[in-house]
Amino acid sequence: MLKATDLHTYYGQAHILAGVSVEVRAGEVVVLLGRNGAGKSTTMKSIMGLVRPRAGTVEFQGRRIEQLATHRIARMGLGYVPEERRIFTELTVLENLEVGRQAPRPGAPTWDFEKIGRLFPNLREMPHRPGGRMSGGEQQMLTIARTLMGNPACVLLDEPSEGVAPVIVDQMAEAIRGLKSAGVAILLSEQNLHFAMEVADRAYIIEKGAIRFSGTMAALAANAEVQAQYLAV
Amino acid sequence: MSPDAIAVQFLNGLAGASTLFLIAVGLSLIFGVTRIVNFAHGSFYMLGIYVAYSLVARFGGTVLGFWASLLVAALAVAVIGVVVELLLLRRIYHAPELFQLLATFAVVLIVRDATLALWGPEDLLGPRAPGLKGSVEILGRQFPQYDLALIFVGPAVLGLLWLVLTRTRFGILIRAATQDREMVGALGVNQAWLFTAVFALGAFLAAFGGALQAPREPANLGLDLVAIGEAFVVVVVGGMGSIPGAFLAAFIIAEIKAMCFAIGQTTIAGVSFSFSKLTLVVEFLVMAAVLIWRPWGLLGRPAAATRNPAEIEAPISPADARTRRFGFAVLALLIVLPAFAQAFPYTLVLSIDILIAVLFAASLHFIMGPGGMHSFGHAAYFGLGAYGAGLLVKQAGWSMETALVGAPLIAAAGALVFGWFCVRLSGVYLAMLTLAFAQIVWSVAFQWDDFTGGSNGIVGVWPAPWLSEKWAYYYLTLACAVAGVLLLWRVLLAPFGYAMRAGRDSPLRADAIGIDVFRVQWKAFMLAGLVCGVAGGLFAFSKGSISPEAIGVGRSIDGLIMVLLGGVQTLAGPVVGAGLFTWLSDLIAREFAYWRAALGLTILVLVLAFPLGVAGSVKRLFAREAA
Ligand SMILES: Nc1ncnc2c1ncn2[C@@H]1O[C@H](COP(=O)(O)OP(=O)(O)OP(=O)(O)O)[C@@H](O)[C@H]1O
Ligand SMILES: [Mg+2]
Repeated sequence: MLKATDLHTYYGQAHILAGVSVEVRAGEVVVLLGRNGAGKSTTMKSIMGLVRPRAGTVEFQGRRIEQLATHRIARMGLGYVPEERRIFTELTVLENLEVGRQAPRPGAPTWDFEKIGRLFPNLREMPHRPGGRMSGGEQQMLTIARTLMGNPACVLLDEPSEGVAPVIVDQMAEAIRGLKSAGVAILLSEQNLHFAMEVADRAYIIEKGAIRFSGTMAALAANAEVQAQYLAV
Repeated sequence: MSPDAIAVQFLNGLAGASTLFLIAVGLSLIFGVTRIVNFAHGSFYMLGIYVAYSLVARFGGTVLGFWASLLVAALAVAVIGVVVELLLLRRIYHAPELFQLLATFAVVLIVRDATLALWGPEDLLGPRAPGLKGSVEILGRQFPQYDLALIFVGPAVLGLLWLVLTRTRFGILIRAATQDREMVGALGVNQAWLFTAVFALGAFLAAFGGALQAPREPANLGLDLVAIGEAFVVVVVGGMGSIPGAFLAAFIIAEIKAMCFAIGQTTIAGVSFSFSKLTLVVEFLVMAAVLIWRPWGLLGRPAAATRNPAEIEAPISPADARTRRFGFAVLALLIVLPAFAQAFPYTLVLSIDILIAVLFAASLHFIMGPGGMHSFGHAAYFGLGAYGAGLLVKQAGWSMETALVGAPLIAAAGALVFGWFCVRLSGVYLAMLTLAFAQIVWSVAFQWDDFTGGSNGIVGVWPAPWLSEKWAYYYLTLACAVAGVLLLWRVLLAPFGYAMRAGRDSPLRADAIGIDVFRVQWKAFMLAGLVCGVAGGLFAFSKGSISPEAIGVGRSIDGLIMVLLGGVQTLAGPVVGAGLFTWLSDLIAREFAYWRAALGLTILVLVLAFPLGVAGSVKRLFAREAA
């Protein structure tokens, strides 16, 4: 489904990603774990074309996309949910969803307000609320819902559990499982191992812009040494 | 001043507000979505009038024909807007803000000459609207029916826009992109297409505003700059990107102007004062007040730190040995130049102009490049210097030599006052406030007949006898230019210059390490004003006169072009840019009837070919060679 190989990304002179490779297969939830500043968000932005990697390839559904404009990548069915949420604060919930709307896509589930309401019941209650007047958790739901309106086959989900209340974190886990069962592949970035354990099938650990571990969640759970070295705070 | 006169002026103000709103709202939409400050917006307005004039002359006999002509005129201009967007803007969305301004200004020049070629230099007043030729009686006064109709156009367009923005996908995308266009792209929307559409809509609205004026106001070639000036003011006062803000600001400004007319000549505390004279400047006073009190505009919101897509600038470096040798060679050439003046007498005149331009541009570059303060009103200090020199000689009876010392001090005093306000702002807002101050200086010079000679200016400002020979005056100018430029360079490479650049790149961090950014910028502003005042003084004595034209917005823009042509981030940039610009515009002004278009095209080629400016690009070329 999605395969990034040997990405090298720079901010100015700073070499941030030093050969990152990740892969997500159809129907899978894969988590990218790492501490603050490890390069999780940069990996996602590099895949999306929001920052251009200087070297490396990205393949999505069998096509090379590392040269494509961001909107073309999104139009191919690769969704992106930024960690800062980036809700349109002046726009209502429905209007935010409208911005994300794309035509139905063969081979990927199709979403509408109705279906999204089942995933995130809170949003159903406030269709005309401006994005700027929603709680952090509601905004987090809205940013995911907005991306879903593009009917993606695969979603890059950047730290959905960051800075939201524990009950919302549970809802997020529920929603991710819902997406998986609907057939959406997910690349998730996280610092929270516990949350990752609940939802993911496989994990990569990234540290200083390089992948240090890759394997199933079970393998990671069994490997206390890796956990202590890269994840313990 | 009677109540009915006020009422009728109020209605006049409403009609004016409609037009103002139509121009400004398009500018605001375009800025909101593309972040481009479109100087060519006034040109779309002007084209709207001209095209409507021609169409109405042919098809405007019937009611349907008349209104259809106006719409078609606006649509035609929208198509021109699309062409401009596709061919030009699309290539420079990631260029620094100032380059975008320069490019759209080049469009202004080209459109101006194209209009001149197509319609000629005469003012053209269109026929009146069929069905609305008469007037109605309001409070015993005649009020034109057409103006009455115009009053309803503004609110109608506001309503339609509101519907488009809230009820259509296009409108929702516009609002979303105004807040975060990168995110809109990440959601699969092709920004390029959205930008083109918004640009077309903006051009349409401006041109429609123009077309509506065809039966009211003669089409003339100066309307582009007038319109863009007013539209900027409305957008800034209302809040960048805010449509209700544009409406409110258009209403306030048009009404204040109308009331100035209504009050007219009046006596305040025993002094007779003409309010109608205020109309040229009142909008800039309003803008200055709003910018100081609420920099983000009446209904705008404080801008979140926007990501600047432009590359981080390389630091300034002192000249290496090769550049130094080159500089000395040029200087030597300039010193021996008068020896050849026998054969080419015009050389000296042009060289004096160039040297004055060098001082002007170097002082502007000083605050713009290393200072990061983009002044759109540098003509103010040039004007204070030039008028200062003229007035000291003519009104105070000073000698030429002392006046030439006094002039820069007057300019520096002006910069001291204006700078105190300006350095509180940044970015586009700072640019607009500098423009407002320059406009205030200009309009005082233009309006104060008794003191400044009004539109005629001051004549008979000649140099002292020992400087009356061209070559002598040339050496004086050369000495001043070299001294001024070296002074500015010296300051830039001293700790003060580092503090300036630190304040530009990261005001918070600079503050944290103990740099008083406000003071540093204020002092920089003052020093720039001082050097610019020298240029103004030298200018007045070299021409023997000074008039308002010489200190108008055109001079500020010339300065910007010089600095940008040369390259903002090189020390030699303003010198190269001033030389190149003055020489080029002199050359093409003499050779070509359509010199503006030629200049505009030259600018476009330079902008697209040398995004770093001429000196910057040459420098990078050498750097590459060396690497
Ligand atoms: N726009 C930027 N310019 C310069 N450096 C940046 C920029 N964005 C991120 N960085 C740097 O790149 C590195 C990786 O950042 P990134 O945001 O990818 O980390 P992350 O793993 O997502 O961290 P977090 O968990 O805090 O979100 C960090 O050292 C960060 O300081
Ligand atoms: Mg991150």
